[in-house]
Amino acid sequence: MTSGFLYGAIAFWLLAWAINEWLVRVKTKDRVLQRIIRIAVPLLFGISILVLWEGIVRGFNIPSVLLPPPSMIWTRLINSLPTLWADFRQTFLKSVITGYVMGCGLGFLVAIAIDRSPFLQKGLLPLGNFVSALPVVGVAPIMVMWFGFDWQSKVAVVVIMTFFPMLVNTVSGLAAASQMEKDLMHTYAASWFQTLIKLRLPAAWPFIFNALKINSTLALIGAIVAEFFGTPIVGMGFRISTEVGRMNVDMVWAEIAVAAVAGSAFYGIVALVERAVTFWHPSVRGGQTS
Amino acid sequence: MTMRDKVFPVLTIVLILIAIWYVAAIYLNAPFERDTAGRAGTTITFSEIVPKTMFQERPVLPAPHQVIAEIWDTTFNKPVTSKRSLVYHAWITLSATLVGFGIGTVLGILLAVGIVHNRAMDRSLMPWVIASQTIPILAIAPMIIVVLNAIGIAGLLPKALISTYLSFFPIVVGMVKGLRSPEQIQLDLMHTYYASPAQTFWKLRWPASMPYLFTSLKVAIAISLVGAIVGELPTGAVAGLGARLLAGSYYGQTVQIWSALFMAAALAAVLVAIVGTAHTAVLKRMGVKP
Repeated sequence: MTSGFLYGAIAFWLLAWAINEWLVRVKTKDRVLQRIIRIAVPLLFGISILVLWEGIVRGFNIPSVLLPPPSMIWTRLINSLPTLWADFRQTFLKSVITGYVMGCGLGFLVAIAIDRSPFLQKGLLPLGNFVSALPVVGVAPIMVMWFGFDWQSKVAVVVIMTFFPMLVNTVSGLAAASQMEKDLMHTYAASWFQTLIKLRLPAAWPFIFNALKINSTLALIGAIVAEFFGTPIVGMGFRISTEVGRMNVDMVWAEIAVAAVAGSAFYGIVALVERAVTFWHPSVRGGQTS
Repeated sequence: MTMRDKVFPVLTIVLILIAIWYVAAIYLNAPFERDTAGRAGTTITFSEIVPKTMFQERPVLPAPHQVIAEIWDTTFNKPVTSKRSLVYHAWITLSATLVGFGIGTVLGILLAVGIVHNRAMDRSLMPWVIASQTIPILAIAPMIIVVLNAIGIAGLLPKALISTYLSFFPIVVGMVKGLRSPEQIQLDLMHTYYASPAQTFWKLRWPASMPYLFTSLKVAIAISLVGAIVGELPTGAVAGLGARLLAGSYYGQTVQIWSALFMAAALAAVLVAIVGTAHTAVLKRMGVKP
């Protein structure tokens, strides 16, 4: 009986693979059909992974303490929506969003502020690059000590984590406008501020959005890891670490699913805004030429 | 010229940061001294507070020289095998980082080769690889540790697996880009030579991907270190830099936290520098002009 699950899952996986192999070879002129195939292939792959997971767990009778099947995680997710929502509000809406906005805004403003001083730029850029490579999450215990257990300390961690990528990218973005374009602005007798608004900021958007995208993942990681060091009894990181201790692995997976969806949605929104703002950039305009 | 242009600005900024640090240390540690004086029934002047804030047992913000003294003490004055030696903890973290980084690199390259050579894999796997970047993977870290501990795998490997998990995504993305970087005209040339797919791979695609590989490796090694440190948090603070951070935050040993943090930073800097040196060496061997 149990091996039936396993064989069924493997059969489904092979079938899905075969369909995918066939789908990517379909040649069609129809734009809509092309788009459907483009979405269907990864979707089918994702579903087959879930089915395979379910089949392996049930087929080999893996105890749910080690790896719960997706169906069990789903039931747990549906049954504990209020808890998950409270965690989501604490971690995502309070810590991540606040910290993200403050960190990115601060990085952006500092980059503008040091724009006129090449000396400060030369000093800050290598340091910023260096700090970006450091395990910055390590400041979490210090921030928890300074700002208390509640969301303020998580905001502080997120601000520190997102500040440097934003600073470095904005500074290099502001340098992206070419000399000829700057000369043109100069012949128009444009002031520094006008050049900034009309030429250099638009040229910098791709860099800035690059930082915004990097930071969207960093912010969530920072907030969750900071909660491992101390938190009130609510929050995604808190839930993960306590439910692991109580061996409620299905709850942990449900929380991870929420974090994954939230992280992807956050990233997706930033990417959508990027497409709208930098519509002129080759990587957006070119569409799907690859 | 490079002295004045590169080293001097960075040094100035570093000196300014250290000065700010000292001022902040005085400001943050002063309330404790006032409290102590108030409880003893004496008043204390500012000039008396300043020297005392430099040498507190558990300062809110330890002064730089305290951190350096602690690092010196725990690095050189303790035997390397002692649990109080920072070298011992750093080595534990470093070994997990390197093992995870090694597995992640091999896995990432293999996956990238598969993605480049198989259309179905490209279409179905690539979107998920990119989506997985947006998920706070570190959130899963404690669970991997606890679950692997439950089935009897303890010590180095669980931490290394987290590093693997974190480090293999940048490598997949970078390598796919790198293996696809040869232009059509170059591929056509290989075609006219009647080169087999294997020959095209080893003589064109592989060398062309090297710059991309090393750029990814730099990101990957930094993030593996973060993975190893975070992986040490939920194990209950046994050994390693992460455990050092956690123990420090439990017992309010701020000097210990800061010294572990600086050790981690130094480790990250050295690792990235090694990859960077390998990068220039390999490119030089391949005849790329700097």
